[in-house]
Amino acid sequence: MTYTFDFSFLAEYWPELLSGLMQTAQLSILSIIFGFLLGTVLAVGRTADSKAVRRICAIYVEAIRNTPLLVQMFMIYFGLASIGFKLSAEFCAVLAIVINVSSYTCEIMRAGIESIKKGQLEASDCLAMSWWQRLFLIVLPPATERVYPALVSQFILIMLATSLVSQISAEELTSTAVRIDSMTFRSFEIYTVIAVIYIALAFVFRIGFWALSQLVFPRLRRLGTPL
Amino acid sequence: MLTSFQIQALLVAALWTAGLSLIAFSLGGAVGLLIAVMRVSANRVLRAISFTYIQIVQGTPLLVQMMLAFFGLSILGFSIEPFTAASAAMVIYSSAYFGEIWRGGILAVPKTQWEAAECLALHPFQRFWLIIVPQGLRISTPPTVGFMVQIVKNTSLASVIGVAELTYTSKLINNSTFQPFTVFSLVAVLYFCMCYPLAWWSRKLEDKLNVAHR
Repeated sequence: MTYTFDFSFLAEYWPELLSGLMQTAQLSILSIIFGFLLGTVLAVGRTADSKAVRRICAIYVEAIRNTPLLVQMFMIYFGLASIGFKLSAEFCAVLAIVINVSSYTCEIMRAGIESIKKGQLEASDCLAMSWWQRLFLIVLPPATERVYPALVSQFILIMLATSLVSQISAEELTSTAVRIDSMTFRSFEIYTVIAVIYIALAFVFRIGFWALSQLVFPRLRRLGTPL
Repeated sequence: MLTSFQIQALLVAALWTAGLSLIAFSLGGAVGLLIAVMRVSANRVLRAISFTYIQIVQGTPLLVQMMLAFFGLSILGFSIEPFTAASAAMVIYSSAYFGEIWRGGILAVPKTQWEAAECLALHPFQRFWLIIVPQGLRISTPPTVGFMVQIVKNTSLASVIGVAELTYTSKLINNSTFQPFTVFSLVAVLYFCMCYPLAWWSRKLEDKLNVAHR
């Protein structure tokens, strides 16, 4: 092995990597927020009384979960452009990831919603709560808290999956790395560097989600035990 | 519409996707079992090594792993056949997830099973491999099959280092036909046909194993 590792390009290119990191974080957070919202709506749809609504949500989820994100991204980016919607690569990237993450969130949230005891629903009916009140006050808070760890794992996976965005020429960490690679030809070094950055980012996200859980689940904060 | 030659190319590419998935299942499964055993081992060093391995692999995107395998293998002096690099990346990637899934399964085996095996004077080796591991693997069969869906889908990332699998071929065909909806829908359907049976099987297995808890 006569290869000499050379990380000196970092001195010149670190600001680009930093902005790539910021773009990845931004992209991930945007996709996670909208993906969670859409996924929750879908989960409510999957547990709805209407059979047709349940069916539609199930088909959507199965179709998305059984096809690769990369193909979905190509379909949105190249497909929408071919029928006249000229959208930016960044927008298509967020759209594709939101659609993808929503189907996974839907399955996780459905498990949470189904874990709510029937007695709780009956009690809310006895208190004359409306459907909305029941959903937002009785069902969703404990459902979310119960599946929160699974959601966090899924969100971290989505953060890693934002690297695929580089394939439709949107700007983020991996596409920055590809560009630096094509200028410096230090392929192995640059990908090692961004691998380390991704590990660090995953760590930061984990801490962030832990802090968020302390913030939004007062019961968890006070008792410290899983629901 | 697509010509029959293009459709044929897509079907051949689907075979490459299936082949890459099979390599990831089998070799990744073998390495994954090793990782799972290391994760539950009594030896602290083995536990630390396997833990670090899983953290690194699960903390980096598969896309980056593909790149690292592709450029890294060539640095080490191996031939840089893209398919080899993609297989290596897929094996590393899937072994970490299999390891974590099976660790969960092994830990889920009730402690009384260990004690009963000890009462039967089984050697620690027999205790682990004949009593605990088979039960642990059985418990973790549904998530294992579920993860196979992820593997099939994630082979699409091999396209970035130039493996002529389904996604790569579809991109080529799209570049020459400019019919993204037709091409990518067809590809999505092909992926769906490979993934959905696995997802369905995983759900069936889950139902079957959950009979006791219903």
